[in-house]
Amino acid sequence: MLISDLAAPIVILSVLLYGIYKKVDLFEVFVQGAYENLKIAVNILPALLLLMTAVGMLSASGALEAFSQLISPLLDKIGFPSQVAPLALMRPVSGSGSLAVLDNILSVYGADSFTGRVASVLMGSTETTFYTIAVYYSAVRLKAEFPVFISSLTADFAGFVFSALIVRLFY
Amino acid sequence: MLNYIVVLFIFLAIMYSLFSGNASEVSSAAINSSADAVGLVIQLAGAMGLWGGIMAVAEKSGLTGKLNRLMGYILHPFFKTLDKHGKAMEAVAMNVTANLLGIGNAATPLGIKAMREILKEEKTAYTTRCVAMLVLLNTASIQLLPVTIGALRSKYGAATPFDCTLPILANSLISLIFGMAAVYLLFGRKNVLKYPRAKILQRSS
Repeated sequence: MLISDLAAPIVILSVLLYGIYKKVDLFEVFVQGAYENLKIAVNILPALLLLMTAVGMLSASGALEAFSQLISPLLDKIGFPSQVAPLALMRPVSGSGSLAVLDNILSVYGADSFTGRVASVLMGSTETTFYTIAVYYSAVRLKAEFPVFISSLTADFAGFVFSALIVRLFY
Repeated sequence: MLNYIVVLFIFLAIMYSLFSGNASEVSSAAINSSADAVGLVIQLAGAMGLWGGIMAVAEKSGLTGKLNRLMGYILHPFFKTLDKHGKAMEAVAMNVTANLLGIGNAATPLGIKAMREILKEEKTAYTTRCVAMLVLLNTASIQLLPVTIGALRSKYGAATPFDCTLPILANSLISLIFGMAAVYLLFGRKNVLKYPRAKILQRSS
């Protein structure tokens, strides 16, 4: 717990200390690097405006919940807790949205229930794939192509499927 | 691809809201989400600036090279076409380290840096095997300690909030393996998959 709390400050301090030790002009080098990256932040915004509007509309419509209800009988059959389905659908799309869904699942079913555990593992082992791809590609002004979606979504899908199995295996 | 996804999301949202009567929520999301995006980018801009500066210092002092020599043993096999001690590999090593340590707001700027360096080294404007691999490493969420989830679990009375650490790591690795298999299947022996419609929006040096 303590180590992870201090990870960022320790990394910053050790990089700066090592820089001083190697006689790097800290401020000049830092400012140049920071300036380069701030320009990239501006590059990201236009793409995110569109993506986040689409994602915001989709999660506000409740379509994801409806879809997860639709597939829940199927999920129950393969031993995946159907209550986690909304999280699985929300996860690749929205970071804040999926965190809210996880919060809800843990409060309703409890953190140490099977459902709560599967939800925790699912949340921890996958990422906001669409957001990540949009940010990375718009930052370098490149068009995100088909293969990168396929490989990343394959990883997400494997993460969903195996989360229930892993929880059964570990507890 | 992102074009179709965006249109699909909006289409689904409108269709379903007509059906469920959530139309007002959807339209307020349509109006307000742009402000959320600006807020997110402002937040990200702080992190990007900070970690861009830190990365520049680490690079200049030779620290990234040292880290890369350490991490390179594990990482380079997945980025075979990159120069083992080049700038791109160094940036990848920094990015993966930030992910492992769970410094989320550092991982994104460092990942973007890695992406730029890879494209520069490979002199390409397409998704190469290395680019796909980098994105995959960042979408598989490899983290030594799941801080956010542990905190949330203890909030809801988990006996040992961090007992999910190992299962999460195991599941991340499994999904990473599947993602890598997909990369190898998609690319085969080729290094770049060119699509007719892929084009550079604007060259950034």
